[in-house]
Amino acid sequence: MTQAVNHVALLPLYAAAGTALLVLIADLAFARFQVLAGIAGSIATAVCALAVPGRPSTFCSGDLCSWITTPRAVLTAVIFAALTIGVLALSTPALRLGLAPRGEFCFLLTCSMVGGVVVAYAGDLITLIVGLETLTLPLYVLVGLRRIRVTRAGASAAVTFFLVSVVSTAIALLGAALLYAATGALHLSALTAGTGQLKSLAAVGAAMIVVGFAFKVAAVPLHAWAPATYDGAPVPVAAYLSTASKLGGVLALAAVVQRLDTGPLVAVLAVLTMTVGNLVALRQTRMVRLLAWSSVAQAGYIIAPLAAGAVGIEAALAYAVFFVVLEFLAFAVVTALRTPGTDGGDLEEYRGIGRRSKWPAAAFVLAVAGLAGLPPGLAGLFAKVAIVQSLIAAGWGWLAGVVAINAVIALAYYVRVAALLYTAPAPVGVHLTAPVGSGPVAVADPDLLRAATQPRVAVARPVAAAIAVAAVVAVALGFAPQAIFDFLNG
Amino acid sequence: MMDPPGVPAALQVLLIAVLVVPAAGAVAVALLPARMDRGARLVATVFAAVTFVATLLLALPSSRDFGWTDYSASGAVPVAPWAEVQAPWVPSLGIEFHLGVDGVSYPLVVLTGLLTLLCCGYTVWKVPAGGSGRTLAALLLVLEVGILGTFLALDLVLFFVFFEVVLLPMYAVIAGWGGPDRRRAARKFVLYTLFGSVLLLLGVFTVVVAAGTGDLLALAGGYGLSRTTQYVAFALFAVAFAVKAPLWPLHTWLPDAHTEAPTVGSVILAGVLLKMGTYGLIRVGVGVAPEGAAWAAPVLGILAAAAIIAGSLVCLRQTELKRLIAYSSVGHMGFVLLGIATLTVTGVQAALIGNVAHGVITGLLFFLAGAIKDRAHTGDLGALGGLRETAPRLAGLLGFAAIASLGLPGLAGFWGEAFAVVAAVQRGGALWVTLAVVAAIGGALTAAYFMRLLRRVTHGPATEAVTGFPAITRPEWIAWAPLVLLALAVGLVPALVLAATSDPVAALTGALR
Repeated sequence: MTQAVNHVALLPLYAAAGTALLVLIADLAFARFQVLAGIAGSIATAVCALAVPGRPSTFCSGDLCSWITTPRAVLTAVIFAALTIGVLALSTPALRLGLAPRGEFCFLLTCSMVGGVVVAYAGDLITLIVGLETLTLPLYVLVGLRRIRVTRAGASAAVTFFLVSVVSTAIALLGAALLYAATGALHLSALTAGTGQLKSLAAVGAAMIVVGFAFKVAAVPLHAWAPATYDGAPVPVAAYLSTASKLGGVLALAAVVQRLDTGPLVAVLAVLTMTVGNLVALRQTRMVRLLAWSSVAQAGYIIAPLAAGAVGIEAALAYAVFFVVLEFLAFAVVTALRTPGTDGGDLEEYRGIGRRSKWPAAAFVLAVAGLAGLPPGLAGLFAKVAIVQSLIAAGWGWLAGVVAINAVIALAYYVRVAALLYTAPAPVGVHLTAPVGSGPVAVADPDLLRAATQPRVAVARPVAAAIAVAAVVAVALGFAPQAIFDFLNG
Repeated sequence: MMDPPGVPAALQVLLIAVLVVPAAGAVAVALLPARMDRGARLVATVFAAVTFVATLLLALPSSRDFGWTDYSASGAVPVAPWAEVQAPWVPSLGIEFHLGVDGVSYPLVVLTGLLTLLCCGYTVWKVPAGGSGRTLAALLLVLEVGILGTFLALDLVLFFVFFEVVLLPMYAVIAGWGGPDRRRAARKFVLYTLFGSVLLLLGVFTVVVAAGTGDLLALAGGYGLSRTTQYVAFALFAVAFAVKAPLWPLHTWLPDAHTEAPTVGSVILAGVLLKMGTYGLIRVGVGVAPEGAAWAAPVLGILAAAAIIAGSLVCLRQTELKRLIAYSSVGHMGFVLLGIATLTVTGVQAALIGNVAHGVITGLLFFLAGAIKDRAHTGDLGALGGLRETAPRLAGLLGFAAIASLGLPGLAGFWGEAFAVVAAVQRGGALWVTLAVVAAIGGALTAAYFMRLLRRVTHGPATEAVTGFPAITRPEWIAWAPLVLLALAVGLVPALVLAATSDPVAALTGALR
């Protein structure tokens, strides 16, 4: 049997895959321009996604297609491309210093983008899982990819991540197989709960798929890999993990829950995820760990409306979009405030940094305010509002209540870390109080000491640009959130 | 933009300007370079002044007789604002950008404009230690946007959005410019009030999902919401606003926040921020869920009376000046809530005038307390004394404010408290009469603790702390004089506040009869 393939529909995929090839060629032929090639190709991918006319589908058998163009797919493909560009920009300082092999880094990252595009357009479970694997597989390497080994954290993080991810994929695949065996359906629009004797088998299959995908979004109790991996990875890669990788998992979950009744399971996962994430985040003393735990909690908010099934998907995806922008902004600022190649560091190292680096600190406040769901991070406020509205409208009022209480817990650490940026740093050095000549007195000028121990890091231009763009997008979405809802509805 | 019928375009522009001017001011001030700190504070004051003038101009159409009561076919009396503007914002979430002003909100709008102007002006003269004055002035303007937006919003979700706007700026004001224990106080403030806000969020969507609209004009009077929905919604609203107001026993964030906040922060907090709670209870709680309000009224009334007594008793034992004034707010807000709980026109009007009077008088008291603490470097009542000897004018003003606050007839504080008690008696029944008596006793206790305050601070031999006080400076006079005059004016002519309230209040409470 031959299938007619609509190549126009596949244009974004070609562009994304072409980007990876372009990077490879640039690396082999010139040994330079890799970042540039990656950025240009990602822009081309976004443009292709937006430019595809109509809503073409391909790889169809009858009405069921494996590659479907929807406004939602276009939006998420554009976001994957934008995140790839952003992470490339954030990595530039480290790559310039040669901390990681440039060609490999850019190639792997763009490969991951290809997976993201596949997830966005996937129309059946197998395409979805293949896309998800393509999205995460390069990340195992990226987490540990360093020329100079500073600590072993990177390598052990990569191994943890790899093992957990492989297990989760196996579980998801097994679930898909069971579901197929029970119902004969693999296309997302044809998934059913099954009938008769096979109903329970289908239910087990559906539950296994949800559990497998829940690993990807780091939902509790399947979250243990996330904090260690984020903290061990270079900060830009952690940014990609907590945004693009999470978005992929959310898309996959959304695709599954819209036709299958997994409400109770998803609700339990959501409640556990947000509560545990927030409570553990309260006690964190390292910046990236705090952001990691907070992003675990955020995953809980995102999947909460999915408990309501198809009606909650719009709210969940809207939240995911707003979250991705704000989370990327937070990680971008962390990258900017640290010397290239170092990890996120202790929270204490950020004390008073807002008095020196005014703009990055202001962007960080915008990001965490948004993550906490409060103005001036209006985008985050609307995200929370969307979730609560959809949950109450779907009759899941108690879950909305849990989300609301968690928002209060979360504010406690968000406000702590934001305030820390503006707290006067503990004075270093010794003031000369003893009269001269009364014995040896160690004297050091507090200002000089501070300058020596906490040097002001010049923000590289690409990083500054990434922060500026993300901040502008966050503010714009705060005033015109309807644009996202229109896209998701469209 | 949709034009509500009968509202002139100029008025719509004015309504939007009331929010846009301070927002633009905040951005402009924040963007000015650090070396122009004083200039930035002056710019902020100019923006605040323009906003204040705009709020005053909003009153123009109210003198003309239109839009008051617009009897619709169903015979219900809708709350018709005299100025409104409406445009869709986020249709997916049911958010309309719907602003309007009527007799209930107008006095609070003007009060907000005035207090922000005074605080910005005060900041030009004196910046509390902790951060740059420029940032403080910008934050004051952001606060103004949030507070004015809350008072002007005629859409339930929009109301919630503006309600949230004030949280972080107020946190920053306390945490950045406050006293020694400011961080803990600020954190307590922000967590408590966010707890209230999330309950408000749940309540808002309980109503919006059930009714299919967030329009406060349409929702006023219950909108045919089922009894259960109204009960649930009112319970959520009541707790949410009780945290903000604050109502005993949810008040514990207030004394800490007030004690640690800088003077301007305390003034804004006591003067208008708390009013968002009581205003919300009237506009949203009683307005949207009247049956729920009727159901919960006895509980609210009992808590209000308890707040009056508890606030007064705590004040009698306070030894710190700002803390005492903060706790007196708990008592005063108790009177306001008692008025609301009666659900009568008299009671709600008493609450409205009590709101404004408390804003004026407590604003003044916090200015004076700040001035005394700045000069004496202590707020300990034991260390203060004999202020009359060393700073007779300051002592006189403190006496005036204290007497106004305890509710002497002829001054602003009287009307709200007296008529809250009257309304409770009028409501009748053993419970309400008892509550009225308890509240009256609380009023007497209020007099007692203010007398104690005056005896400790102004009378007796001058202590070391109060000697050598510098005289009251001109900027201080400029900041205080309007409040002194208003306390007198509202006391002598309560119609200043109440003139336009009777119809909207009747419409809000009317669904019960």
